[in-house]
Amino acid sequence: MKVKLCGASGGRLGVLAGLGRSGAAALPLPGCLLYTRTGSAPHLTRDTLQAVGGVPAVAQLTLPTVAELHEVLQEYKEGAAKFIGMPDAVLYCSLHDPVTPCPSGYNTNKTVSLWGNSGRMEMTASKFMDIQRAIQPDWFQCISDGDTISGEVGRKRAKKSVDRSLSFLDICLQLLEESPELQGSVMFGAIEGGDILEERLRSARETAKRPVGGFLLDGFQGCAMAKETKLKLIASVTAELPEDKPRIIHGVGKPDEVLECIERGVDIFESFFPFQVTERGCALVFSYDCPPDPEAAVLKQNGAQDLEKNGAEDDQDEISKADPEMTPFEIFLKDKRYEDDFGPLLEGCTCYCCQRHTRAYVHHLLVTNELLAGVLLMMHNFQHYFSFFSAIRDALRDSKLDQLKKLVCRQALQGSANAKPGQ
Amino acid sequence: MSPPPRRGPARRPKPQHGGRVALVTTASGGDAAAAGSAGHVGEREDGGAQGGGAEPAPLLRVTAECGRSRARAGELRLPHGPVPCPVFMPVGTRGTAKGVTAAQLAALGCRICLGNTYHLGTRPGPELVQRAGGLHGFMDWPHNLLTDSGGFQMVSLAELSEVTEEGVRFRSPTAGRRCCSAPRSPWRSRTPWVREGGGWCLNPQPPVPSPAGADIVMQLDDVVSSTTTGPRVRGGHAQVRPLARPLHRRQPPPRAAEPLRHRPGGLDPALRTQCLEAMTLRDVPGFAIGGLSGGEEKDRFWRMVKLSTDRLPRDKPRYLMGVGYATDLVVCVALGCDMFDCVFPTRTARFGSALVPWGSLQLKNERFARDFRPIDESCRCPTCRRHSRAYLHALIRSETAALHHLTVHNIAYQLNLMGSIRESILAQRFPEFVRGFLGAMYGPRERVPPWVLEALAAVGITLD
Ligand SMILES: [Zn+2]
Ligand SMILES: [Zn+2]
Repeated sequence: MKVKLCGASGGRLGVLAGLGRSGAAALPLPGCLLYTRTGSAPHLTRDTLQAVGGVPAVAQLTLPTVAELHEVLQEYKEGAAKFIGMPDAVLYCSLHDPVTPCPSGYNTNKTVSLWGNSGRMEMTASKFMDIQRAIQPDWFQCISDGDTISGEVGRKRAKKSVDRSLSFLDICLQLLEESPELQGSVMFGAIEGGDILEERLRSARETAKRPVGGFLLDGFQGCAMAKETKLKLIASVTAELPEDKPRIIHGVGKPDEVLECIERGVDIFESFFPFQVTERGCALVFSYDCPPDPEAAVLKQNGAQDLEKNGAEDDQDEISKADPEMTPFEIFLKDKRYEDDFGPLLEGCTCYCCQRHTRAYVHHLLVTNELLAGVLLMMHNFQHYFSFFSAIRDALRDSKLDQLKKLVCRQALQGSANAKPGQ
Repeated sequence: MSPPPRRGPARRPKPQHGGRVALVTTASGGDAAAAGSAGHVGEREDGGAQGGGAEPAPLLRVTAECGRSRARAGELRLPHGPVPCPVFMPVGTRGTAKGVTAAQLAALGCRICLGNTYHLGTRPGPELVQRAGGLHGFMDWPHNLLTDSGGFQMVSLAELSEVTEEGVRFRSPTAGRRCCSAPRSPWRSRTPWVREGGGWCLNPQPPVPSPAGADIVMQLDDVVSSTTTGPRVRGGHAQVRPLARPLHRRQPPPRAAEPLRHRPGGLDPALRTQCLEAMTLRDVPGFAIGGLSGGEEKDRFWRMVKLSTDRLPRDKPRYLMGVGYATDLVVCVALGCDMFDCVFPTRTARFGSALVPWGSLQLKNERFARDFRPIDESCRCPTCRRHSRAYLHALIRSETAALHHLTVHNIAYQLNLMGSIRESILAQRFPEFVRGFLGAMYGPRERVPPWVLEALAAVGITLD
């Protein structure tokens, strides 16, 4: 596994080559992973996933959803990729699920708590490595203490998160070396330290000294940390990391935030964001096509016009209410206004749903609680999101990342201005 | 405030069978011109389009008959392409086949599925489906659709419906508003059917209830649960369920149908015989045997089916409504039925049950946690080719994808079963197939339910 950079300005354009057991897979950078739950793309089967364009070569497996299968996988012996029916996928196993909240206060010097279907699971470093031996992932995040995201954790707690994580890392590196099952697996070291710059730098430098395959920027989930602080910390941390190893970040998925992280040297993201959008009955419609004239960009886009309408009317007789978490990048298909809208989710989209179905149909499926709504929305939202990353790479190649960022941020602002009238 | 006009409402399904698909969408409003002749209700209803003396091609073409039982194999000639029969039709309530995309359903070999009038009649409503270019366009289903009259829902949702002089009135369970289906207005005496390219096609502008572009539409009947004995009177209207009813019609229903409405229904053989005789006098393309899925005893069930097929003409298809258990399918094919539908395979999938030749697997059961075999080693469906029982067991706890995997498998199971039945009839070895099927399902002969043995013996198939 090796990062090959193309030397573009404004971000790390390149490719992560030599992935997987065969070494044949590659992940273009910046890129994202395929988000899965219990090893399955949410709502999708093999057939429906294959109809999605631009699916990443690397799938994210989340430890809480597979930790309960530890003994099953042990008995199975052939690894999680084959068990979940994706024998060819490159698997990255993360410690937590980005969508499931992790309650604070359950980590100790020796254990980290995971939250799965059946509640809390306590994980020691050796238990963690036992499970990894059964999973046999291509990459995995080392167990770490990232319980610093609730804000105001203080210097002491930040220091503890770094110390514990380094200690976990040393134990796991030792165990990795002793595990024949994991000789093809690459471990990512987690960089912790909360919002304390010195601790973040110490974490980055110490982790970089060790033989890890890549770096995880952990503890940037949520919005407790001020955005300025977050971005400054990310930039400071990536400056300490070697160029030739990939940097992944957890819990960052909104298009504008993705772009800000890419500018600061982050390579890999998750794709839980399109899943969250799907779960609230929404479709991504933000534009990422950089036209020659950036000033005229937004208004020409069908999607952007819809974004302007988000929340613009105060629909009193609207039965279904949009999720308050809804972002300016999406439209709420359950809204009555789409009942007789016979256009596609997004004009010009080439996804299965947009090619074959209308907003009216998806609206109908949502209001009647039909399972197909989740399938179709997931297909569209995944494809739109994966294409967004492809557009980012194009923009980097053409030195247009600034334009793309302006376009995306303008949509973010427009949407939020409309969503909160009078504020 | 309304969104800017987009592309036209009727987005045509992508042609998948050459010219045939183009024909199909003549059922949707926007393509009236393509239908060739006048696209107005009145003209067609008055017989303009179907007159001229030319008899429509029969709906059913029988290609092989079992030398022993009444089983037959053939093909239904429908506007959206021929459908081999005997056929099982998955149920697409509310314009969707339960989490399976139209492309997946087609890939499994399904060429006809059910659209459901009652549910479509409430949400999203016939008018909207009409504007969307018909049900085919709305759900993007390029193959055939059968829309029932809503009769079955009148059984299961009896509290929500009442029969009035205008028709059946449904109280919408969702909005509390009332919507009317199938009025007994003058419309009712006019046919929405026209002949079209060697098959049957719905009039581009069908009267209410809008069957939304269906290829086969069922006549509305009053239906009571088949376990109801004697007349059930509510608000002065007796609800009686005829045994068999026309599959679809092109002639106005004869007045002779009316007296049938006021006879005690249920499973009374005398009534059914009378009913059948009146029905078979009509010039209709096919017959549906209805109301037998309400949990009646199997002994009476098969006798009623046999009574029906005894008297129904051989050259027209027989559609046994609401039947979908594997054993029932095999027995009723032997009794001479050609078409079946049932929510069972998809509904049971959503409860974690996978259909197999020896019954079913409850995949939530802990004993599958470490069972690394596919659901059925002999099944070639996308689920069985890729996933183990153990994985599905793990997935089913939290993920809807597991239900989709099971739905795909169960539909494949039903379609494969019907495919094997057809092949065996064509190869003149249907009795052998039945023996093999029962052996796999029940094991030794003693475990086969007696009603199955009796029903098969009545049409000449024994297990020896
Ligand atoms: Zn799309
Ligand atoms: Zn299967």
